Amino acid sequence: MKPRIAFFDFACCEGCQLQVANLGEALLDVLKLVDVVEFREVMSEKWAGPLDIAVVEGSITTKEAVERIEKIRARSRILIAYGSCATIGGVNGMKNRSPLEEIRRTVYGEHAHTFPTIATRPVDQVVKVDYYVHGCPIWPPEFIEVLQAALQGVPCFPPDHAVCVECKLNENVCLYDKGVTCLGPVTRAGCNSWCTNNGNICYGCRGLVSNPNTKGAMDVLARYRIPLELVLNKMSMYNACREQGKTP
Amino acid sequence: MNDVRSFTLNVEYLTRVEGHGNIVVNVRTGVLEECRLEIVEAPRFFEGMLKGRSVFEAQHITSRICGICACGHTLASLQAAEAAIGLIPSPQTLRLRELLLHLENLDSHLLHIYLLAAPDLLGVPSFVPLITSHEPVVRRALRMKKTVNAVCDRFVGRHIHPITTVLGGFTRLPRPADLAAMADLLESLRPDMDATLELLSSLRFPNFERPTEYVALVSDRGEYPLLQGDIGSSEGARLPKTEYRRATNEFIVPHSTAKHTRWHQSSYAVGARARFNLNHAKLHPAARKAAEALGLQPPVHNPFLNTAAQFVECVHGLEETIQIVEEFRAKGLDYREEFTPGVNEQNRIPVRAGTGVGAVEVPRGLLYHDYEVDERGIIRRVNCIIPTGQNLNNIEHDMRAMVPILVAEGRKPEEIQLRLEMLVRAYDPCISCSAHFLKVQCVG
Repeated sequence: MKPRIAFFDFACCEGCQLQVANLGEALLDVLKLVDVVEFREVMSEKWAGPLDIAVVEGSITTKEAVERIEKIRARSRILIAYGSCATIGGVNGMKNRSPLEEIRRTVYGEHAHTFPTIATRPVDQVVKVDYYVHGCPIWPPEFIEVLQAALQGVPCFPPDHAVCVECKLNENVCLYDKGVTCLGPVTRAGCNSWCTNNGNICYGCRGLVSNPNTKGAMDVLARYRIPLELVLNKMSMYNACREQGKTP
Repeated sequence: MNDVRSFTLNVEYLTRVEGHGNIVVNVRTGVLEECRLEIVEAPRFFEGMLKGRSVFEAQHITSRICGICACGHTLASLQAAEAAIGLIPSPQTLRLRELLLHLENLDSHLLHIYLLAAPDLLGVPSFVPLITSHEPVVRRALRMKKTVNAVCDRFVGRHIHPITTVLGGFTRLPRPADLAAMADLLESLRPDMDATLELLSSLRFPNFERPTEYVALVSDRGEYPLLQGDIGSSEGARLPKTEYRRATNEFIVPHSTAKHTRWHQSSYAVGARARFNLNHAKLHPAARKAAEALGLQPPVHNPFLNTAAQFVECVHGLEETIQIVEEFRAKGLDYREEFTPGVNEQNRIPVRAGTGVGAVEVPRGLLYHDYEVDERGIIRRVNCIIPTGQNLNNIEHDMRAMVPILVAEGRKPEEIQLRLEMLVRAYDPCISCSAHFLKVQCVG
């Protein structure tokens, strides 16, 4: 029997799921290997039984979501956190920078009480995660690689060096030389420096490397006379959940 | 007791739509008592997150509201941000943004037509069973989607969360080789487009008509207005985009956490059908021909035909994208306009305090972004009104009109349920967008 796989979404834009549809006809090859039993965005079929692989997109931002992800974990042999919102909290984490009550009132005014929310958490701050596919959005070749590893039961670790490594290999002009700040020096590679190849800065969507060279980064900031505040603000765009650690 | 004319429908987690919604219907002895579309999306508080950040970051962040219409949010966001700080984009930038908007509509419409709507019309729960029964159709769908994506990859780095589109212009402009590849890819879509027309002509859309008010951009210029224009209504009214609040008139209904909108009538519709009804004469001749082949004539009062109107826009979009790409291949691009603003560290772009409104025809209809920034370009207030938010009220009015007809026809509850799901899906709702902005008021 083919392994049963399902896609689940929590707080997110669902763009990473769409990247699956964007695989084109290669998707049909993937579908030969697995049995997709649930994928709400594109399928009406539903499945409540055990799963070999759960692909989870989105951040955990409500009490109901905590219960739901715990149930999904309980019936899944393997859980893949899929996309920045799931792996590091992503842009949803920006919410955590203001007191929750304040941000609720800003958006929903007097009706704030009808929109319960809790601090944004990536999936691994709630349940155990077996594999990670980082990125906003995910880089499709990396998803295929992780899926292959998960199906074979072998580990797969995302790179733990900076985006600068890939950016240099791609022969891009350093963004700092253009006078703008870039999170490439502290961000985990694996996207083939997607944004900087296209002339934009790295926003840190894949999370920070496990041992960021902060001293080197400070040197760069000093050399280009860039205020630290600007960088810290940028870093909070995707990585605001980083410090809160594993809380219940 | 078991009166067939009494039933309750509760469709939780509506499938094949973007985002999370429920349908609740309650019929007692043939009389419709309750009928609503609930929004259960986890709120993400985008407006709160934007407050206090640089206006130069607004595009990047708001693009993440929605994976399907990331380019649409991008364009509305840039329009609002540039208006707020008083920046006027170059003609080249505007033309390239038109190209991006056509690609966005093309990509999103194809996804909806094939993967979200077609399974209903072919009587299956998703595209998965179609892999066996209609393999060439599924292959074509995936191929077309992939092709449009490949064009976007060449053009703006990627379709989901485009990379090069920034305040003021583009961080990278397509090179001649990119333009050539884009032209080839777009040309390759033509046979598949013809085949799609054949497929759609062979499908039977449910019969149901309810005249309503249609709202879309209108303009005095020649082109089918998508990126620029005033807010127009089928009732004849016209407003500048800065006065969008007079067109949306948001109001609260007791059964829904999402705000509803109305203008002249009790509800209005936005989206491909509304645009077709208002601006049909400005469509590319090839698109008008496709409309004729599908039997579409304005005004289209059948909401199920929104899917057909989307296809007509696909034909229009393909012709327009090919034309724009060929135009730039002939005259070349001015690469001096390429630049990376970052968060304007170098103050290369003059910033002033102000407010700005963006109004863009994205796949699901008219999208508004409204920003207020201070003299340093820091965002102080944000308001966004999403097409699906505007359609919710109209969908409910359709449901209320349709259920009694189906009950009178003696349809079984499961048939009624499917028909209601199809109705909601025909609007191609993007609930994850609408829920993020169920905005009530913005407190300073």
